[in-house]
Amino acid sequence: MSLVEVIGLHHRYGPRPILQDINLSIDRGEVFALIGPTGAGKTTLLRIMDLLEVPSAGEIYFDGKYVPRSGRQRFAIRRRMSFIHQKPHVFNLSVCDNVACGLRWRREKKNKVVGKVGRILEMVGLKGYENRNARTLSGGEAQRVALARSLVLEPDLLLLDEPTANLDPVSAEKIEQLISQVARQGNTTMIMATHDMAQGQLLADRIGVLLEGGLVQTGNATDIFRSPRNREVARLVGIENIIEGVIAANTEGIATVEVGNDSDRIGIQAVSDYPAGKEVYACIRPEDITLALSSTQSSARNSFQARITQVATLGALSRIEIDCGFRLVALVTRMSAEDLDLQVGGEVHAAFKATGVHVMEKGS
Amino acid sequence: MTEIWDGLTRAIELLVSLDPEVMQIAGRSLRISGTSCLLASLICLPLGSLIHFHQFRGKRVLINIVQTLFSVPTVVVGLFVFVLFSRAGPLGVFGMFLTPAAMVIAQMILITPLLLGLTISALSGVSREMMDTATSLGASGFQTAWLVLREARYAVLAAVIMGFGRAISEVGCAMMVGGNIRGFTRVVTTAIALETSKGELELALALGMILLLLALIINIALNRLQQR
Repeated sequence: MSLVEVIGLHHRYGPRPILQDINLSIDRGEVFALIGPTGAGKTTLLRIMDLLEVPSAGEIYFDGKYVPRSGRQRFAIRRRMSFIHQKPHVFNLSVCDNVACGLRWRREKKNKVVGKVGRILEMVGLKGYENRNARTLSGGEAQRVALARSLVLEPDLLLLDEPTANLDPVSAEKIEQLISQVARQGNTTMIMATHDMAQGQLLADRIGVLLEGGLVQTGNATDIFRSPRNREVARLVGIENIIEGVIAANTEGIATVEVGNDSDRIGIQAVSDYPAGKEVYACIRPEDITLALSSTQSSARNSFQARITQVATLGALSRIEIDCGFRLVALVTRMSAEDLDLQVGGEVHAAFKATGVHVMEKGS
Repeated sequence: MTEIWDGLTRAIELLVSLDPEVMQIAGRSLRISGTSCLLASLICLPLGSLIHFHQFRGKRVLINIVQTLFSVPTVVVGLFVFVLFSRAGPLGVFGMFLTPAAMVIAQMILITPLLLGLTISALSGVSREMMDTATSLGASGFQTAWLVLREARYAVLAAVIMGFGRAISEVGCAMMVGGNIRGFTRVVTTAIALETSKGELELALALGMILLLLALIINIALNRLQQR
């Protein structure tokens, strides 16, 4: 059964539309990630679902009940949710008072408050910090206080707005661990906004892609990762190679996509059902391309001789830009880049499987 | 020159020996200004919150007027209270003219704009996101307001201390509605004015030093708060 349902939601600030026709249903116990670039409207959508803002149009149902646009009922429903902001916004009080404030506002008994606060601080690893002023904590610790402050209320719905965006990698990982720990317990439904595809994949059961105020695609991580609906989603999930082409032929689900300029057409083999003549984009993930010095006998249907045009090192990986009649970007480990002695101007063989090519209709 | 020097040494003697007259006057100053500051705070803190947390037409204008009244001349307030409370005035029946009560009221009116304006700006220092955080953690409107007031507590307290400083150092109201009656409405500032015009410099200097000492203490307290 769905815990939150949003139907036909529109929102605008003045004349500027922020959200357009959002329809979304989140199941009880589900972890849902909203993915989209900065400015897509993720925060606004979360604020509307937290009942901090009233949408310009549309309906919200919480736990099967219609949420009115104003009045006392919104307050009662809001007390069943909690919101974690991108910045922790801890109060200028002790850690203990910060975590306890939500319980005190709900008039919980004193001894109960003490017990709950103690348990939650232990869970987020802040035991012994009780009397520290929360303002003196580091960013990661402050975000854990914010998390504890929300979790101690045992909300039915937890909304998280880029909870790790301002944190260093180690602190971010701690927060992610805590979120997945809460998710595993299964009592808390979570909606999390993030621009980090990997984080969404790691934590969420289902992902929704928000682009320019519209919910473009929802599905599980594999769906979105492998079969993005359009070019923008493809870019967002890290597909660097999006190549324009036309289907030249299709035999039993193996399509030949013709790419390149008019004088020099090149065929890419791809798994697709689109008929010949269709204008399409061929999407290839850079990590799905293998590079070798000679054309080895591999099962990959696509194999091209290419020239290296750019080499860049990204941590443990090397990003290699090659020209094989069309531009491709490949990711290889730094080790193999060194072994193959990949350098600008050098020749290399690029190969990728027909199943590694996702074909989508142009203009979608 | 020797006159000033003699005055100074005599003034220090008066202070060190805790001269009863000096102490009495200083005590009265503290009591009257303390009371007016307390009462003004009781009005201004809730009123300032009310103005800060509500959106209404003319809010900007109201805040501008309040800020303009920061520098209202003390004699104008004195005149206003004089007109109200003098025997023939509309509130004359209460017989409060030339009493410490009238001085408290006058000083309250004097520092209310200052306290109100500084309270509002102190509360504005608490971010919108902080309020949203409280709201989303389940705070009611009143609980959110209380939290914001607590978040801004140092700035609010600084406002209260500023108000007290203005009340205790003013002479216009105290003179006009208190009348500088010895043993009844004579406070530090009115006493200094009187003693100076009488040529009794040592008493005036001693009282002046007390006032400066108070200002110093207030300043130290204010600095301490702002460093937190």
